[in-house]
Amino acid sequence: MFETITYETRRNVAWITLNRPDKLNAFTSQMHKELLSALKTANKEEEVRAVVITGAGRAFCSGQDLGNAESLDYGDVLRNGYNPVIQAIVSMEKPVIAAVNGVAAGAGASLAFACDFRLVSEKASFIEAFIHVGLVPDSGNLYFLPRLVGHAKAMELAVLGEKIPAEEANRLGLVTRLVKEESWVEEVETFAEKLSSMPTKAIGLIKRYLNKSWDADLNEVLEYEALAQTAAGNTADHKEGVAAFMEKRKPVFIGK
Amino acid sequence: MSNFTTIVTKVEDGIGLVELNRPKVLNAINRQMVTELLAAFEQFEGDDNVKAIVLTGNERAFAAGADIDEMKDDDAITLELLNQFKEWDRLALIKKPIIGAVSGYCFGGGFELALCCDLLFASEKAQFGFPEIKLGVMPGAGGTVKLTKLMGQKKALEWLWLGEPMTAKEALHYGVINRIVAPELVVSEAVKFAKTLAQKAPLSLRLIKETVYKAVDYSVYEGMQYERKNFYLLFSSEDQKEGMRAFVEKRRAKFKGK
Repeated sequence: MFETITYETRRNVAWITLNRPDKLNAFTSQMHKELLSALKTANKEEEVRAVVITGAGRAFCSGQDLGNAESLDYGDVLRNGYNPVIQAIVSMEKPVIAAVNGVAAGAGASLAFACDFRLVSEKASFIEAFIHVGLVPDSGNLYFLPRLVGHAKAMELAVLGEKIPAEEANRLGLVTRLVKEESWVEEVETFAEKLSSMPTKAIGLIKRYLNKSWDADLNEVLEYEALAQTAAGNTADHKEGVAAFMEKRKPVFIGK
Repeated sequence: MSNFTTIVTKVEDGIGLVELNRPKVLNAINRQMVTELLAAFEQFEGDDNVKAIVLTGNERAFAAGADIDEMKDDDAITLELLNQFKEWDRLALIKKPIIGAVSGYCFGGGFELALCCDLLFASEKAQFGFPEIKLGVMPGAGGTVKLTKLMGQKKALEWLWLGEPMTAKEALHYGVINRIVAPELVVSEAVKFAKTLAQKAPLSLRLIKETVYKAVDYSVYEGMQYERKNFYLLFSSEDQKEGMRAFVEKRRAKFKGK
């Protein structure tokens, strides 16, 4: 059903693989549409409790396919192509993991930054490539980057556009787990499946209100937490968690 | 209660709850629904056990609009003779507090219905809007008037002309809604608020509501004359005596609505 990506669901995890390996998984308008559609499917399907976005071949994603967009208004490419993808990732109340298998450049880096977790292969790297063609970081890059690494570092990375090897990305706080190449597949799977067996509803609420915390003051956040706790307190997973604790056994969460 | 088919109603702990119930069509409002809604509200109005009313839809949609099928073949004269908005006008005569709890889509006639509520609680994911312009018409049940009164002429024109959806955050910013709450809790928070109102002096609630709506339409002078009369009127109530006595005696007042 998709041509530029693949989508499959295994053990409550939706695996989305950007699949234009000969173009280092560069974005085309078709890939925007397909990725958005895959994210919407993952959001809708109840059995999906975690999402992994990764790349086929040696790159994660090299950003915009420059061979593809010359005559277009870049602003509209963002509004119609990238921005809905970023919004879908952020508004999805399930954990979204970027499994950064190789280079993540330009909007490819933005895509990884917008995800909730970044598992990063030792051989991967990030590049704020926009400046090298006289452009500005986009697709949420200017929003997420300073929140991940701080303003000063974000300025440095975005303006100088130097390659950020995995090790350095890890030091900067861009990385959830640095993963050895030989155990890549296994570790990504283990991490994703761990998340997909957790209390999904609570994860969704955490994600929702962490995001909202950026434009709220303490009093608002205190109220968000109160609302979120009421909602979380009504979930089956909360009851299961308490019951398991009392019965001294491991809880089995169903994501509801 | 009555045999409603487009809405579901219940009374619990002093609160009359109405849920719009045409989920297959995203609660599109047809004439029958308005008739049933009015009947339910009027029953609640006459029921001493009901202190406040909560109106809601479901999580996907409060109401996505009016039922277009029902009106697509109408002309000016059939609409004039049908006079369908007379029931909408009667919704405005309900004197008990009405709180709308909005999740999901709240468009067109659905938005107009929401604006018939005294207060609005909305889910973070609620979307409001008047897309009528996309169908070559415009709001007909008070949308243009009420939106303008709420947000002012400039912003109202922009929203009505473009017909684009407004997020809950924008609606809050423009004073169209009272509160944003988590989607899971819209109804329960609205009910909780309604229960708080249910503890207040009922006649005060009633006359404050009336006076605030007059304040929207009247000049300051006329509004203040109206306010004054209602202020005086409350001094003929038992609750005023009780309220002031309780204040002096440093105890909680017990109001009876008399």
